This record gives sequence, C-alpha cells and structure tokens, in this order.
Amino acid sequence: MKRGKAFISTFLLALFTYLLLTLAAGQSMVEEAPLSHLLWSLEELVLGISVALIVASLTDHILCRKRNYRMLNPVRWIVMLVYTIPLFIEMAKANFDVAYRVITGKIEPAIVKIDPELKTDLGVTFLANSITLTPGTLTVDVDDEESELYIHWIKVGTDPTENIAGRFVKWIRRFAE
Amino acid sequence: MTWPIMVILILLSISLIFNALGTIGLHRFPDVYTRLHAATKCTTFGTIFMTFTVMAYSVREYVITEEAKFLNMAVHTLLALVALLVTNPTGAHAIARAAHKMGIKPEKAVRDDLKDSEVN
Repeated sequence: MKRGKAFISTFLLALFTYLLLTLAAGQSMVEEAPLSHLLWSLEELVLGISVALIVASLTDHILCRKRNYRMLNPVRWIVMLVYTIPLFIEMAKANFDVAYRVITGKIEPAIVKIDPELKTDLGVTFLANSITLTPGTLTVDVDDEESELYIHWIKVGTDPTENIAGRFVKWIRRFAE
Repeated sequence: MTWPIMVILILLSISLIFNALGTIGLHRFPDVYTRLHAATKCTTFGTIFMTFTVMAYSVREYVITEEAKFLNMAVHTLLALVALLVTNPTGAHAIARAAHKMGIKPEKAVRDDLKDSEVN
C-alpha cells in the first residue's frame, strides 16, 4: 500500500493532462447535453485511462521520489495559480528594464550568492525557475546541501537576497513548504 | 476593424517587439551570460504574448463559428505555454551552468561569488 498513493497521484496527473489535450477534440458520448461538443467520447476515455495506467505503473517512483504528499492539497495548487499573477507582473517590469539595457548597453554584471532559506527541493526549483524567468537575473548554480543559489545579475545592486528573491520567497513558502 | 482584431494585433505587436529586442540583445551583449539574458528572457516574454495571441484568435473563431476545434487549439496553446514556462528557464540555467563549469568567466563582472566558493 506504500506505493498506492504515488501510483494514484501519477495516474490522476496523467489522466488530467490527457483529458485537457483531448478536450473538444471529437464526438461526445452524450449527444443531447448542453455544450456536448466539448466533452469526450467513450473511446477517448477508455484509451486515456489505459494510457494513464501504463504511465503511472512505469513512472510513479520518479514523480513521488521523496514520498512527500503535500502537493495533494488542492489549496496549494490554487495558491500556485494565483502566484502566476505577481510572477507575471515582475516579469513585465523586469522585461522593460532589460529592454532598456539592450538598447543603451549599460550593464554591470556579477554573480552573487543568495540564501533563500527554503527547505524543500520543490521550493528551490520554483524559486530558481522564477528567478530565471524574470529578466535581469539568471540562476547559474545551486548548492544542494545549503540550498543557496548563485545568480548572474545583469545590473548588480545591494542586498541580493532581498532584491532578487524576496518578492518570490513569501509566495513560494505558501505552497511548496 | 472590430475590437477583437485590435486586441489580437496589439498582443502580436507586443510579442514581436520583445522578440526583436531579444535578438538585438543577442548581438549587442558581450558574453554568454548576458546574451542568455537577452536571448532567453526577452524571447520568453515575447513568446508568452504570442501564445496569448493564438488563444485570443482561437477563442474569437470559436465564438463566431462554434466549432469545437478552435477551443481545442486554445487549450493546446495553454499547455504549450506551461511547457514553455517550465523548460525555458531550465534550459537557460543548464547553458549558464555548463559555461561556468567550462571556466568561461563573466565579462566585465564586478563580483563572482561562485568562483570564490570554488577556490575555497
């Protein structure tokens, strides 16, 4: 039964992705229902469930390697979706900054070390990806034991931990820790 | 010109402007790290707006024709956007890390904490 939870989560994730990909792709199994042209046909559902079962049996030890099931909580997924809004705003602001540097050529690059004090791998991964997505900062390396990140910063400033990571860390703590 | 077409054209212009800036930056910046900034970040932002364009276009077509295939296209584009957001920073990080491991120094750098940590 130890494997069951990992199997079911992988299965549901695979099935969900399959259903999204085949949404509104063909004939529906209920013809009369409203918006029936958006639903799935019986064949699609059978195929989707079989493929998801195969995928889950092959890869459940990869997805849930740490046997840590915090992310099964739907609230964390909602917070993760909400997080895309501040992330997008930061991306837009920083994009204009880099656009300005592209045109004027005013750069002052440096590789700085930041210590975000996140404990989980997922949190560090999310932070590193968010930092790389915002222009002007680029994650070069990570210290696995200390979970410290090395960031290439196009215009070096003061207090790197607060200025680069501060705006993301408090969001990431809410869903990844 | 109706307003949905206007929205689509505005989104498309934003996307093309940022993609163009990314390409210019690729030529102007001095070394691999700063070029990565221009080449991956500006183009990511531009491409995000390009997926928004495709989604806006397909939703508009769906509202007009009520053919399900256009909604299907919108959902596929959304999934492509998620894949883009996950893979693009990962790729940029991989290139930067490989470059630093090869010993390529960041040009004009005023500070290099990673280099210092390897020496100690």
